[in-house]
Amino acid sequence: MTSFPLNDDSVVVIIGSGAGGGTLGTELALKGVKVVILEAGPRIEIEDFINDEWASFAQLSWSDKRTTSGSWRVHKDFPNLPAWIVKAVGGTSIHWAGASLRFQDHEFKARTHYGNVEGANLLDWPITLGELAPYYEKAEFKMGVTRTNDIPGLPGNNNFKVLEAGATKLGYKEVHTGRMAINSRPRDGRGSCQQIGFCFQGCKSGAKWSTLYAELPKGEDTGNLEVRPESHVLRIEHDGSGKVTGVVYADSNGKHQLQKARVVCVAGNSIESPRILLNSASNQFPNGLANSSGQVGRNYMRHTTAAVFGVFDKPVHMYRGTTMAGIVRDESIHNPERGFVGGYEFETISVGLPFMAAFLDPGAWGRKFTAALDSYPNMAGLWIVGEDMPQETNRITLNKDIKDKFGMPVPNVHYDDHKNDISMRNHAYKQATALYEAAGATHVYQQTPYPSTHNLGTNRMSANPQDGVVNKFGQTHDIKNLFVSDGSQFTTGAGENPTLTIVALAIRQADYIAGEMMKRTI
Amino acid sequence: MSMQGDHHTSPDDLDRRRFLKGSALLSTSMFIVGTALIHPGEGWAVEATGLKPATMQTLIKMARDIYPHDQIADKYYAIAVKGYDQKATQSSDIKTLIEKGVAQVDQIAKERHNRVYTAIIDESPRVEILHVVEGGPLFTMLRAGLIVDLYNQKELWPLFGYEGESASKGGYIRRGFNDLAWL
Repeated sequence: MTSFPLNDDSVVVIIGSGAGGGTLGTELALKGVKVVILEAGPRIEIEDFINDEWASFAQLSWSDKRTTSGSWRVHKDFPNLPAWIVKAVGGTSIHWAGASLRFQDHEFKARTHYGNVEGANLLDWPITLGELAPYYEKAEFKMGVTRTNDIPGLPGNNNFKVLEAGATKLGYKEVHTGRMAINSRPRDGRGSCQQIGFCFQGCKSGAKWSTLYAELPKGEDTGNLEVRPESHVLRIEHDGSGKVTGVVYADSNGKHQLQKARVVCVAGNSIESPRILLNSASNQFPNGLANSSGQVGRNYMRHTTAAVFGVFDKPVHMYRGTTMAGIVRDESIHNPERGFVGGYEFETISVGLPFMAAFLDPGAWGRKFTAALDSYPNMAGLWIVGEDMPQETNRITLNKDIKDKFGMPVPNVHYDDHKNDISMRNHAYKQATALYEAAGATHVYQQTPYPSTHNLGTNRMSANPQDGVVNKFGQTHDIKNLFVSDGSQFTTGAGENPTLTIVALAIRQADYIAGEMMKRTI
Repeated sequence: MSMQGDHHTSPDDLDRRRFLKGSALLSTSMFIVGTALIHPGEGWAVEATGLKPATMQTLIKMARDIYPHDQIADKYYAIAVKGYDQKATQSSDIKTLIEKGVAQVDQIAKERHNRVYTAIIDESPRVEILHVVEGGPLFTMLRAGLIVDLYNQKELWPLFGYEGESASKGGYIRRGFNDLAWL
């Protein structure tokens, strides 16, 4: 395994090894660029994954202390767990379900199409679907997305059958088993889906794409990539000219280390990435790095989410097979006649009994609640994922009152639903309920949103440096050799799952960084 | 607290439980001898060390009333709350919180029904008492603990039709992932 010295200032240092950082690091290594990835979590391989919800949660999830505020339900139910994301090599690409949808043309131009939505800090992306399309193609090929590149769709499981029956009866047209980065047949040295379930707990067959085993080893094989686990980044350092020069992290023994760097890329997910920039404040940058716009940490988005479970008089066993086994796309349009801007997808979801108990209606008890759990085998489930509005006041800030074990302020996540978010969720609840009733449901449960896996927007892309943190290549407006490489660079959230877009942007960013390094502009 | 005796619920036990259900015997199906709480119907006994055995009995009953499932034997509720007995031996704060909380529950039960909580035969008056204390520290701790410690017992999962771990069995690709035929 390659190992670069701490004082090697020729390396690109990437903070985080998930869909953004892991892809970027591998792509750069394949181009001959020397890369050190600092990953806060341990390296946990496929054979270590656990088909057990709570045990897996303890093994994989980011459980460092965080605080919350705002009127969102998560603040009440899970005050110290705003997000359900992973702290391990591979990041949340271990946990994601695999749904790989391109954003739509109008979603890159949200401000233009949605207009001036009161209270929303909408902005058009500085790139178009046309500009990103070649990179979407590369990402789909790399990840082996079904229904692209002549890769067949996955077979539908029981949960999908119910979704499809209800959706078809409601008149929905675009209903299928999704575009999934899960092998429907062996590909890229990985086998095909065994319908294990437990996609959220790490795919034990390796059929689902994750940077852990589908990207990083390819980068490491070049000799140009070192992945350094249990390296928890505290701050980024800079010199008097305003260029970043290195990254300070706590190693597995808690000892502080300084890794020098030619370029630094932040890919720690949308809570940790702005936290690192804010925690890197200096005399020269008193409000944090790359924050001349004041937008670092702002416009936090989490998608307008919720789940709906239909109960039937016969068994479904929704947990058998892929978690996100099918999709309905008809509502993923911009049609303000529905009472809101933007659109949403329905995607099947399943959880095991332990998480159904914990998340169905947090805090509920008594016979009404237990009757729901008693109907568990007869449940079918879907997840709503829709575009939420960026709001300046929804933001990550440093909680100066609470320090982590390294003495750094913990992040506070503030979120209030925008009224557009509420209208969209209510519309989706109504449609999902109708869908399951059309399939014969005897009862439908509308579940409240739980901790976010789609965390977006807190270092957003903008054409104008005053409106955001990074340019269309994820390069910070303020500091040329500092980049953002995760979902925090999203200008708006769109209605689709974010991973494919994160990967496409990372591939594009790798081209840009390698090119700029060649030109010696960075 | 340690669990003793036969932890396996036989079909006979379940039949007996169904027979007893609704009868006065159900609520007195546990009794106390010294520091032991004995459940002859299910064939188990527990030794209370940090809490009073009557307190353990009340916690088990409260656990069932918070998350009532008629198909689940008392022993699973006992397993879900047995950790509090151990915690009470380690923390006087926890011990006080639980003993005071249970005393309050019994106090309300006596005022309303002239008997302790576990001696109230019908479920609904007990649940009404729980509604009185549901904002309090004992209920809050008990409910939050149960949501994991009850539903995360693998032995219970088959009773809910949940099959648990599947990777070692080759997933469901040949075991019914798409066997639904009733639509």
